[in-house]
Amino acid sequence: MRVRLPNGSTPTPTRPLSLRAGNMPVTHIQPSTGWVSLQLRDLWEYRELLYFLTWRDIKVRYKQTVLGAAWAIIQPFFTMIVFSLFFGQLAKIPSDGVPYPIFSYAALVPWTFFANGLTQSANSLIGSAKLIRKVYFPRLAIPIATVISGVVDFALAFSILIGMMLFYGIVPTANIVWLPLFLLLALITALGVGLWLSAMNVQFRDVRYTIPFLTQFWLFATPIAYPSSLLSEPWRVLYGVNPMVGVVEGFRWALLGTDTAPGPTIIVSALVALVLLVSGAFYFRRMEKTFADVV
Amino acid sequence: MSDIAIQLANISKQYHIGRLREGYKTLREALNEAFLSPFRRAGKLLRGQATGASELDETIWALRDVSFEMKHGELVGLIGRNGTGKSTLLKILSRITQPTTGFAEIWGRVGSLLEVGTGFHDELTGRENIYLNGAILGMKRAEIARKFDEIVDFAEIGKFIDTPVKHYSSGMYLRLAFAVAAHLEPDILLVDEVLAVGDASFQKKCLNKMQDVGEQGRTVLFVSHNMPAITRLCRRTILLDAGQIVQDGPSHQVVSAYLNSGLGTAAAREWPTLSTAPGDDVVRLRAARARMEDGQIADAVDIRKPIVLEMDYEVLKPDYLLMPYFVVINEEGVEVFTTIDADPTWRRRPRPAGRYVSTAWIPGNYLAEGTFFVGVAMRTLDPMIRRFHVRDAIAFYVTDSMEGDSARVDHAGNLGGVVRPLLQWTTHVIPNGHPDPAPAVNESGR
Repeated sequence: MRVRLPNGSTPTPTRPLSLRAGNMPVTHIQPSTGWVSLQLRDLWEYRELLYFLTWRDIKVRYKQTVLGAAWAIIQPFFTMIVFSLFFGQLAKIPSDGVPYPIFSYAALVPWTFFANGLTQSANSLIGSAKLIRKVYFPRLAIPIATVISGVVDFALAFSILIGMMLFYGIVPTANIVWLPLFLLLALITALGVGLWLSAMNVQFRDVRYTIPFLTQFWLFATPIAYPSSLLSEPWRVLYGVNPMVGVVEGFRWALLGTDTAPGPTIIVSALVALVLLVSGAFYFRRMEKTFADVV
Repeated sequence: MSDIAIQLANISKQYHIGRLREGYKTLREALNEAFLSPFRRAGKLLRGQATGASELDETIWALRDVSFEMKHGELVGLIGRNGTGKSTLLKILSRITQPTTGFAEIWGRVGSLLEVGTGFHDELTGRENIYLNGAILGMKRAEIARKFDEIVDFAEIGKFIDTPVKHYSSGMYLRLAFAVAAHLEPDILLVDEVLAVGDASFQKKCLNKMQDVGEQGRTVLFVSHNMPAITRLCRRTILLDAGQIVQDGPSHQVVSAYLNSGLGTAAAREWPTLSTAPGDDVVRLRAARARMEDGQIADAVDIRKPIVLEMDYEVLKPDYLLMPYFVVINEEGVEVFTTIDADPTWRRRPRPAGRYVSTAWIPGNYLAEGTFFVGVAMRTLDPMIRRFHVRDAIAFYVTDSMEGDSARVDHAGNLGGVVRPLLQWTTHVIPNGHPDPAPAVNESGR
């Protein structure tokens, strides 16, 4: 007769129970080739490490800076001032019926979150080279923690946005409940691109130099300084191929009540973001085996 | 076998030398290679030169067909010169890097300690680093919280716990880092050269902790260059050379084989040809040996056991007064002692020609642990001439395991000195705190 252990497995009679025979994890080590599974279960096992890495990134980010966390606000706020002067005042770019400063700032807050998340996650593996060479854990935790830690900066910048809404007397619509989804979309996009770039960065350090160029290019390809309503309808949906279009217009719609309700554009944006994330994760996992040897 | 903890089958690891040197390449190089190498190969082919991947992409094998098994509760030492694949092997077992071929299976939770303080952040406080480092090493938050006080005690950092570690002295930093690692409780622990850092008291602490880990029945694979530590902690040792297992067996044997191979000195040596043997026309040395009591050649000897030094020589001219002697030197080059044959049988007696063996007994519990080199020498009295003196003719290794009945008693760390005698000790209680004017030393029936 075989005995059932509480965890449902049958004990091996030859192995003493003191060795926890029933629930002893088995690790298989062998060379992998080509595409490998994401092993999300492994990542879940290490969720506490993910938490601590995020917490470390947040704790350490503004240590030894004079202005500290104010940097999280300074960056989007001053960009907003520059945009308001040049695009709002001088170029007289339309702003969907809301004051230009808040029109651009509402877009700059998620944009800054996205651009910083992308840049930092792309460099995250190289920054953690020592860790990668000396300890095992699912490497996906590094870029994920980096992107998530940016949420704190986002919250700080967002508090200024609330202040500006009070200043301009703009009451947010009930659509504000959708805001977290738009933030999630920005996060997924940043992570998806970050996974691709961080894994490539380990092999080719050129990536590091292309990132500032990429974010700058992407900034102008996103309706931050201008409204997407400048485009006519069929093109606007296609514009959604840039997932940040969906994010930025979603933010304006939910907070400022602009006439940019998420329609087909957001679906295109979400699909593209998901494709970026999944492909990025698989590419990352495929390259992962070489990280410790190359980084 | 069901109690196996680690099983490796033909594990090999290949590194690209170019990658080893440069670490990474730029995209331009990669493109260059991709576009130009076909032309280069074609060019070589046209010129009639051999082409091969090895020429374009040089590789080395850091490990080659390594297979072994470890049972649960076994402490195994892994030794070898630098660059023989020890660390690579630990990295493969801890899943940091993948093998090129072969496979391995591990039963149980693995904790690896390839470096102390991995992931420590200078800006964070001691407390914060304990949590961060613990999580990196694979501990759960609740587990760290439970052991927190113990870790702080062990690290002896006390009130500095909330100070950023960048303000710590290097000693404090190391103690804290090791304290976290020492409280990791995996089923299987992989340790690389952790004991090579820190001062003597820190090393002692580490060694004691390793001892505890072994006693708790955990499985440990331990890489070190500290041979006394290896023989003390591990019964079994694996010797790697050029990525392959050269020897796998009882620690004292493997360690002495390693030391001897490295030093070119064995515990026994012979000079088979009389004409080239050390000496002159009066006497020539034929062999020298270090043996154990039971006659076995003593590459490694337990500190508690006597060691027998033998010299085998041939007297070619009769009627000389011979004086054989041994000079014993430790691994630091300190002359421990010189011992001269005091046997009355042949002392001051002219010897007939023939073959002789002179033997000296070094008692157990006399030499300290470590490697000893023996110089084998012979003089004649009248005329007072040295006939031969072969320095470092043989070597043997004294091990001091932690079984409690050697002079080491219960001390696991380093013990200094060239000798380690087991002296008689007495301790008595002083009644009422007043020293007894005449302590009772020799009253018991002597």
